[in-house]
Amino acid sequence: MAQHTLTPRQYLILAFVSVSAPLGDTLLSRGMTHMPPISLSAPGALIAAVFTPWVAAGIAMLIAFFASYLTALSWADLTFVLPATALGNVLVALFSRFWLHEIISLERWAGIALITLGVGFVAQGPSRTEQPVRGMDGRESKGREPERREPEREPDVKDPPAKQPDVKEPPAEEPDVPAQEPGGDDPEINEPEPDEPERREPEPKEIAAR
Amino acid sequence: MTLPAITLTLPASILFAPANPAAPAMDPWLAAATIAAVILTSTTGEVLTAAAMKSIGDLDEIRARSGMGGAIKAVVTCPLFFAGVLFLAIAFFALLFALNHLNLSLVAPAAASLTLVTNAIAGKIFLKENVDRRRWAAAALVCVGVYLLAH
Repeated sequence: MAQHTLTPRQYLILAFVSVSAPLGDTLLSRGMTHMPPISLSAPGALIAAVFTPWVAAGIAMLIAFFASYLTALSWADLTFVLPATALGNVLVALFSRFWLHEIISLERWAGIALITLGVGFVAQGPSRTEQPVRGMDGRESKGREPERREPEREPDVKDPPAKQPDVKEPPAEEPDVPAQEPGGDDPEINEPEPDEPERREPEPKEIAAR
Repeated sequence: MTLPAITLTLPASILFAPANPAAPAMDPWLAAATIAAVILTSTTGEVLTAAAMKSIGDLDEIRARSGMGGAIKAVVTCPLFFAGVLFLAIAFFALLFALNHLNLSLVAPAAASLTLVTNAIAGKIFLKENVDRRRWAAAALVCVGVYLLAH
């Protein structure tokens, strides 16, 4: 499963994406469960909870997750990053069981497995229709897909501005051209104004006629 | 190396509140409502922020035109964006409330995965995004998984 296009640093970020989210959730849970039960009639306690150490650590971890997630999305396709977050469900289960000492029923394990499958299923989706490669290689094609699409879109957006300068440049050149043969052109243009499109062609003739 | 405690049928008192010894077992319906609140508010927040970003346009272009400050200003002056952030904040506090009363092993997978499903639905309805059949199948899989979580 070697991936050529990902650098070790990008692997590290991806690993951090999958670990930081469950870790953040676990820290939040650790903080909130060791707190007296909060009733909806006094929701102010929720805001106070933000400033307790465990919850604050959880928030910091989730912010770090979000940053690394966005970073990963900038060079990898969502369909490649999603399985990394699906792995988070498994990690949450392990953290819950062995760190928070929660009791997890067989059905709940099955549910977690099914959800992880489901999220992975979404991620594996559309790539297979394009290139019958699995996992990492599939990602390559996925990664290129949007890259191909984006350049297609970007030129569409950028072309008009690119054309506008082209349109603007000729007018800028036109004054230059008449400037080379100054004076005479303007009065002549004023006379046959309706023939504006012909103006450019007649000019050499006129010049030749002179 | 102790295997997770496996029991086929656990009483609701264990399933819905063992983590917080001070709290009485949460009523299953209230538990479901709390998780639903997390899911709905975060979906609303995400749809609103996505709509805001779409209405703002390509940030790269804005940044090319008027610099980083211009890009930040474009985002910050969009009311839709603030509405989205407000809902995301509510979602976060709903999550804290849920974690105060419920097991992480229930809340985290349920909230995270069902948010994916509701986002797919909301994206389809409000943002006119394409949701293919495979994604709906995955959504169904996730729903069954969440059902199992609570049993």
